[in-house]
Amino acid sequence: MKYLKFLSVGIFFGILLVKSEAVSWFRIFEMFRFESFHMYGIIGSAVVLGAIGIALIKKFNIKDLSGTPIAIPDKAKNYTSAIIGGSIFGLGWALAGACPGPMYVLVGTGAMSMLIVIGAALLGTFAYGLLRDKLPH
Amino acid sequence: MDFILEPWPWYVSGPLFALVMLSLILFGKNFGMSSNLRTLCAIGGAGKVASFFKFDFKAQKWNLVVVLGAVIGGYIGSHFLQNQPDIAISASTIEALQQMGFQDPGASILPPELFSLDAISQPKTLMMLIIGGFLVGFGTRYAGGCTSGHAISGLSNLQIPSLVAVIGFFIGGLLMTHFILPLLF
Repeated sequence: MKYLKFLSVGIFFGILLVKSEAVSWFRIFEMFRFESFHMYGIIGSAVVLGAIGIALIKKFNIKDLSGTPIAIPDKAKNYTSAIIGGSIFGLGWALAGACPGPMYVLVGTGAMSMLIVIGAALLGTFAYGLLRDKLPH
Repeated sequence: MDFILEPWPWYVSGPLFALVMLSLILFGKNFGMSSNLRTLCAIGGAGKVASFFKFDFKAQKWNLVVVLGAVIGGYIGSHFLQNQPDIAISASTIEALQQMGFQDPGASILPPELFSLDAISQPKTLMMLIIGGFLVGFGTRYAGGCTSGHAISGLSNLQIPSLVAVIGFFIGGLLMTHFILPLLF
């Protein structure tokens, strides 16, 4: 039962990705051509409201459902890996048209060829795990 | 009800993505989808060959449940909550895609030229999907997050590494869209 809330958030997230059209390869292509405000509006308004929400959580020391004070860990200050890894992800995002949330959602919409993309993404993550110590971070 | 069946505009969708992230934070977790790829590798036994996959993956079960929900949500959204599958991309995007040889840009969620069974039975298209997926899996883990972990969660928490990663997303995305994709089609 404790997983029901996560299942609900997931279902809502999946519906939202479909209804916002952010799962569409076409929307990603359009975004990288700067031909519509749509994706920028989505990410921008999510970040503005998210930032307000996180600021309020910090200001009022809000606790999570289990009563533990919320502490959001800072991202590791690895700028080299952020820019190189980010660029590698960007290449794949614009090619496959799906980032790691939408690829699962698309399987739900019936796009079975996404299973190939997911399989390849697992392989990519595995390859990173193998090479991690040799890569600059 | 009509409003639900029509595509949701950005000013409805964006705040709802923030709600997804904030809900997970209030549940004591965080919003990050690419971590699931690492968890799945660990479950598959990758910890035997790389220490990166030796971690308590059982503690990540909640995130796999979010993934399961996302698949179900994708089914519900596309089968019951959609009037028509068209994606309302701009006229100039449609024109650019037509010049690249796409038949009916925006008539479905995904271009059949890349994702239909016919398309993936061709080695070239199949390789494009495999390489695309591989770069997503490799790049997100190298960068330490994807659109959810860096762009939405990280920027909302004013993290400079996330801003750097998002700049990277655009370097890669712009290169692919403007220089590599036109060579492939």
